[in-house]
Amino acid sequence: MAEARQSAAESSSVDLFGFLARFAPLIFLVVLMAVFAVLEPRFMSSINLFNVMRQVSITGLLAIGMTFVILTAGIDLSVGSLLAFAGLVAAAVAKGGMQDRFTVGEGGVGYGWELAALAAIAVGVAGGLVQGFSITRLKVPPFVVTLGGMSVFRGAALLFAAGGPISGFEHDFTWWGQGKIGPVPVPVIIFLVCGLLAHIVLRYTRYGRQIYAVGGNPEAARLSGLNVTAIICSVYVIMGFFAGLGSFVLAARLNSAEAVAGTGYELTVIASVVIGGTSLFGGVGTIFGTVIGSILIGVLLNGLVLMNVSSYIQQIIIGVIIVLAVAFDTFAKSRRRKV
Amino acid sequence: MTVAAAPPLLKMTGIVKSFPGVKALDGVGLEVKRQEIHALLGENGAGKSTLLKILAGAQSPDQGEILFDGKPVTLANPHAAQRLGIVTIYQEFTLAPDMSIAENVFIGREPGRGPFVSWSRMAAETEKLIRRIGLERNPMTLVRDLSVAEQQMVEIARALSMDSRVIIMDEPTSALSLAEVEKLFKIVRRLKDEGISIIFVTHRLEEVMEVCDRYTVLRDGRNAGAGSVSDITIDGIIRLMVGREVNALFAHREASEPGPVALEVKKLTRLRTAQDPHATEIRDVSLHVRRGEILGIAGLVGAGRTETARAIFGADPFDSGDVFVDGELVTIRTPRDAIAHGIGLVPEDRKLQALFLSQAIRTNVSVAALDRIGHFGIFVDEAKERGLVEEYRKLLNIRMAGPEQAVGNLSGGNQQKVVLARWLALRPKVLIVDEPTRGIDVGAKVEVHNLLFEMARSGIAVIAISSELPEVLSVADRIVTMREGRVTGEMLRADATQETLMAMMTLGTTSRAA
Repeated sequence: MAEARQSAAESSSVDLFGFLARFAPLIFLVVLMAVFAVLEPRFMSSINLFNVMRQVSITGLLAIGMTFVILTAGIDLSVGSLLAFAGLVAAAVAKGGMQDRFTVGEGGVGYGWELAALAAIAVGVAGGLVQGFSITRLKVPPFVVTLGGMSVFRGAALLFAAGGPISGFEHDFTWWGQGKIGPVPVPVIIFLVCGLLAHIVLRYTRYGRQIYAVGGNPEAARLSGLNVTAIICSVYVIMGFFAGLGSFVLAARLNSAEAVAGTGYELTVIASVVIGGTSLFGGVGTIFGTVIGSILIGVLLNGLVLMNVSSYIQQIIIGVIIVLAVAFDTFAKSRRRKV
Repeated sequence: MTVAAAPPLLKMTGIVKSFPGVKALDGVGLEVKRQEIHALLGENGAGKSTLLKILAGAQSPDQGEILFDGKPVTLANPHAAQRLGIVTIYQEFTLAPDMSIAENVFIGREPGRGPFVSWSRMAAETEKLIRRIGLERNPMTLVRDLSVAEQQMVEIARALSMDSRVIIMDEPTSALSLAEVEKLFKIVRRLKDEGISIIFVTHRLEEVMEVCDRYTVLRDGRNAGAGSVSDITIDGIIRLMVGREVNALFAHREASEPGPVALEVKKLTRLRTAQDPHATEIRDVSLHVRRGEILGIAGLVGAGRTETARAIFGADPFDSGDVFVDGELVTIRTPRDAIAHGIGLVPEDRKLQALFLSQAIRTNVSVAALDRIGHFGIFVDEAKERGLVEEYRKLLNIRMAGPEQAVGNLSGGNQQKVVLARWLALRPKVLIVDEPTRGIDVGAKVEVHNLLFEMARSGIAVIAISSELPEVLSVADRIVTMREGRVTGEMLRADATQETLMAMMTLGTTSRAA
């Protein structure tokens, strides 16, 4: 009886802690926005807020994919490079080759945006598949595989583009990055729709459950009959899908694709996921958290820009935030362990 | 009587050590004289490991006194124990495989001047030490390139380099061949002649008779007996090890007429590999279990019980052997295959191998059965899922706050019920339970036993592995004993006693017991 009471007491205190941990990003976001609103009146203008959201949507798409990866206790450092490579391939398809790559404006002879988008996603998925395969079959740790991938895809992008950008697309291509539906930018809609779908997959499907199980305890998952290898491989494919989709949206927004696109994105993306409460140890995290985390990072960067804080200092701040978020996660984990 | 003048080298009295929920040691004493080989014996869970950890300074006792050389000492940490000359050689060696013998012997205590290591001195001193125990190797050889027996000698050399006065050896012979065991005994005797005392922990009672001078037997965290090896027989030691009154709480069941054979295993063999030289081998294990029957597998740690279960379940690959389900030969390479053939496994370590501790009870119960509670094979029907949890909460009497409670917050007994619920939800033909009641309190143990009875009554073929003989004797209808990877005997529960089983587990023959 005493034992039951004790465990009930423990569970309620843990739940309070868990509640705070879960909504901490949201609370932090609201506070941050309030601070910026007071310090910098331009921040709260609707133009600026939509602008923030438009910027957030690219890294946000990547962060959705990264959530799948980190839920299995993996990591993908290659996202920025893969995005650059996939974006160039999409651009080349849209332009119908590498001939008039600098023609700005319409009237090209390329293929439609549909094929371009498909090509971007295909490159992303293929890149993810190769990495997932290396991790599960060659048993190389994800950190190493994707660190290698980071270099390989960047090199491939530079090689493919011969160093220069590919610019100038048809209007129906650029609409995906620059267009609006009502007042809402199209990339924001893509980001939120993908977030919703990913949420449904993780929360309501067998596959989603299996990801949490594999991340929570891979040995227990294997002994429960789950195909752990396939599940781990699949999350890198999903990551690749979002890298491809993100590259298409980014190229559309900038009306240009270049080999140096997405440099340093891995840091922003991982920070978004971790700040959103997903544990680097795997098995714990939500898409809701990741969306909030992405917006949080976007708001932070935007506010700092408006306040004329140098981009060097921004980098320092992001780095510190990542370490703090993981420290918090480690603390939360030790709390869970104690029980 | 001159012996009485010199106090014993080591004297522990009234040692008490509690862990949450269990009293591991309850007033245990141990007395080791100078220049003796002392056997520390007991069943699994008798408290040997805890006592060794206290001696090694890895854990502090709650109460009790330790006298070393007649003076009271506190072994606050491993370093303090080593300074006194108490060195432990664990079953799993603590050597760095990619470093040389010399580096391993002097790790952390490298001879030299200031920050610089004197390699020549280190090599020369290592050479002296390893020659002393008969290891003919270059001190610069990498430990990776040594056999298990040679690695053990490096451990011994390291102990000697620390000027040990007591060397504790935990199951030193379990990974050695017969010839290597003989060699080890020679070394141990030589060390004794040089004035070192040895505490020898083993499950092999023949070895105790051969090499040890005195013994101490622990049982259920208390002293069961101590004395001179020359004054006792193997049967006498066995009686001391098991001689508790059978717990009245552990009820038998009336075995019903078992059905057809559900699972049969023929000549299952799994050998060590280079990657895993300490793995327990299993050789030619054959057994079967019928529907509605509970087969108990008894054996000491390292007998190969868990390895047999894991091989059958596809958790570890095996080298040869056949598995038949309902009389048909099946191929099992992964747990998925086993589950598809209706076999389930409740593994021995529920926290590491079964549970998703930070996740909800609901998802822990349903993880293996998601395809049965879904829509279109894709979505999980959470209403059905909650129904499933509720069904098994009632059936197994799981005490929990609600289906969303994290499983890590439950007591051990309720955690185990969650694991059982997961497997029952799959409606298995065969369920293997490995140490089903480890680390759970007595009341929950009885509940788990009753659940096993209930499963058998419903027609499931149950294989129950347990280190606790009273548990095997109360739960099983038929018992198979194992030792060192082989089946050593089989008997009906009605014919078995703790003494006969212990003899089959430690001696490897049935004839002796009969």
